[in-house]
Amino acid sequence: MDPSFLAVQALSGFASASSLFITACGLTLVFGVTRIVNFAHGSLYMIGAYTGATLVPRLLEWSYGPVPFWAGILASAVIVGLIGILIEVLLLRRIYGAPELFQLLATFGVVLVVQDLVVHVFGPQDILGPRAPGLRAPVEILGRRFPSYELVLIAAGPVVLGLVWLLLRKTRFGVLVRAATQDREMVSALGVNQALLFTGTLFLGAFLAGLGGALQVPRVAANTGMDLSVIAECFVVTVVGGMGSVPGAFLAALVIGQLQAFGILIFPKSTLVVVFLLMAAVLVVRPYGFFGRPEIIGGGHAVGIVSRAPSRATLPLTVALMILLAALPLVADAYLLKVAIEILVFGLFAFSLQLLIGVGGLVSFGHAAFFGLGAYGAALAVKWFGAPMEAALPLGLVLAALGAALIGAFVVRLSGIYLAMLTLAAAQILYAVAFQWVDVTGGDNGIVGVWPSPWANERTVYYLVTLVLTAGAALALMRIIDAPFGYSLRAMRDSEARAEAIGLHIRRHRWLAFTLAGAAAGLTGGLYAFSRGSVDPTLLGIPTSVDALTMLLLGGIQTITGPLVGAGVLHALRDQIMPLTDYWRLLLGLAIIAMVLIFPRGLVGTVQHWREVRA
Amino acid sequence: MTVLLDVQGLSAFYGRAQVLFGLSFHLNAGEVVALVGRNGAGKTTTLKAIMGLVEARSERLSYKGGSIAGWPAYRVARQGLGYVPEDRRIFTDLTVEENLEVGRQAPRGGHQAWTPERLFGLFPNLAEMRGRRGNQMSGGEQQMLSIARTLMGNPDAILLDEPSEGIAPVIVQTLAEAIRTMKQEGVAVLLSEQNWAFAAGIADRACVIERGEMRFQGPMADFLADDALRAETLGV
Repeated sequence: MDPSFLAVQALSGFASASSLFITACGLTLVFGVTRIVNFAHGSLYMIGAYTGATLVPRLLEWSYGPVPFWAGILASAVIVGLIGILIEVLLLRRIYGAPELFQLLATFGVVLVVQDLVVHVFGPQDILGPRAPGLRAPVEILGRRFPSYELVLIAAGPVVLGLVWLLLRKTRFGVLVRAATQDREMVSALGVNQALLFTGTLFLGAFLAGLGGALQVPRVAANTGMDLSVIAECFVVTVVGGMGSVPGAFLAALVIGQLQAFGILIFPKSTLVVVFLLMAAVLVVRPYGFFGRPEIIGGGHAVGIVSRAPSRATLPLTVALMILLAALPLVADAYLLKVAIEILVFGLFAFSLQLLIGVGGLVSFGHAAFFGLGAYGAALAVKWFGAPMEAALPLGLVLAALGAALIGAFVVRLSGIYLAMLTLAAAQILYAVAFQWVDVTGGDNGIVGVWPSPWANERTVYYLVTLVLTAGAALALMRIIDAPFGYSLRAMRDSEARAEAIGLHIRRHRWLAFTLAGAAAGLTGGLYAFSRGSVDPTLLGIPTSVDALTMLLLGGIQTITGPLVGAGVLHALRDQIMPLTDYWRLLLGLAIIAMVLIFPRGLVGTVQHWREVRA
Repeated sequence: MTVLLDVQGLSAFYGRAQVLFGLSFHLNAGEVVALVGRNGAGKTTTLKAIMGLVEARSERLSYKGGSIAGWPAYRVARQGLGYVPEDRRIFTDLTVEENLEVGRQAPRGGHQAWTPERLFGLFPNLAEMRGRRGNQMSGGEQQMLSIARTLMGNPDAILLDEPSEGIAPVIVQTLAEAIRTMKQEGVAVLLSEQNWAFAAGIADRACVIERGEMRFQGPMADFLADDALRAETLGV
């Protein structure tokens, strides 16, 4: 291989490492002090890119030269920093004591709100920014042309690292930040106003996200997909580097930058696969990343289903509900049946997530991975082998279960926030594979022609097939929740140490739960694919995972039937409201935030709570 | 003598469990009061309740004449009431000097301000390890640092929770010496202590707590003289 090619690849690896570090560094700092993984960090990055791409050309029009260019970049970062303050004061301040699932969901609500606002403010088109004055001409390195702006980026990473280091070591603010990372209450008992400290940290974190985004302006066009793609990468960097560690983030970004630069030689279609392999390898050897420490992660409290006495009314109620659902085709038209099929499918999908979150306390943010694997498994069986639905559905389920077993083997080594970030990253990587591996998955277009067998092609029949399969799986899962296995999972959720002390094999139980939940989600994915006749990468996307989480939250995380109710209500609402507005995501985001802040019990949970209070 | 800290009818709860039942006592400027009682009697909770670190109710909770009831801890500390927790809670990633920096507040009128140099005079052991991190210090050294850190806020009074617990006897002597010096400097001390022998050497008055209720208040000498009371409330 030609050394000049290697040199240029390595340099471009360093350039992307720098960008990634600057953004991830903000995430890790904010986490260190507030203990919140700010999902909206990627959104702040995106706002930085859009602001830069809009602001910098105006400044250059007014006066062309390097000074207005760099001033524009810095000003964009400051604007994003101010938005960070706004988010802290309006939202984060209210959820510092909440369970981490709620924190993640609330900040994801911000992601949704920002997505619609960015389109509203900057327009739906991608915005390509200007090139940096004075750095337009490429430089020659070993006979190859290399963009000189990339060289500036390479330098920017270490410069930011140095400045952050100085800030943390040499200023009072930095000393307080480091002290608060360790013991917030003690800092407060020594007379430090935490609120100001947190606000300051959010400014710094958001500033860095904005800077990371604005620095991209001459390289890539600002686009609406930036937020989720960068947040997944930042999660990988902070998990590999160790949560809360700035040097760890730097080292991880360097390694990942190089892996992506050279990984392209091994997996030309998806460099993210290499990144995931690295993450897996690092976590096997060092579960808390390069410089992370276990105590930084511990202390999160899980919310989950509460124990309740089995009710005698359960069986008759279930039978009555089944009869009613089976009778639905007698009164429903084709459209209503289609909606009913989707509600059944998503109900089971959310319910399978409940096994992980409500029962196991494992906050998975990537459950769509298994939904998507089930859908793609079934679709590929049809496309490659011409398999009928009867064979394709089980194949999809098996593929999802295998995927869950594989991903689960790594994630059950972790808990709390690490688990949430890792599952999200895993799903995002599968999404990238589905998107990029066009020969197999059809890329963005997906796979079409996935229709049920002739006997089930009629909508009423397919509805009944769906009802039997989803209800059967849901009843099986309920049985599991009330079985000793379910009790073991709950025991581990409530106290890992005590569960281990009474002899429960935590990882094995959790791995099994993960596989079971993945299999159930895979079944729903397959059913969904056959109901629509096609699959595409959005089935694996973060929004699909968040749909399931929203259904859980809406129905009530502490209840068993909550997810089923939540799926129905969310779907009905979406059906009614989405056609009426361009701001569905904004409304959904605000609704998620509002639920976390004022309605955390959910629908079923609230009803149960009323009944208990009255009793 | 002016009353610095005035506590009337203080009750505290952990969830639904009540642990303090209407405690009333006070701390005068410049005096050392020992809060004695068995393990679990409610001494630590009393100090935390005054600092606003646990949920509490009171008829009156005032410091330097103004109410501090319901205040967050940082405001209480800013008012000039320092707190040294029982488990010391040193920032182990930070050096000795950085730990002191976290505690620093602007000087208050009336006293000579505490500086790292003056504190190194009070605790000579610390002077030799300014750049050392908290996680490389012994328990006694951490205890000295914790007290020094709180003094950096120039408090008029400090709440000192079990300073002698788990500390080598020779260091305990140094601590007693330091508390006497603090008193001479005009800093009042509310000391929670199981080790009554340690408290006996430095306190002017004693408040004895049993199961969240006040059993005795009076001069330290009276408590020491009353063998029956000591046997009953401390088991010694």
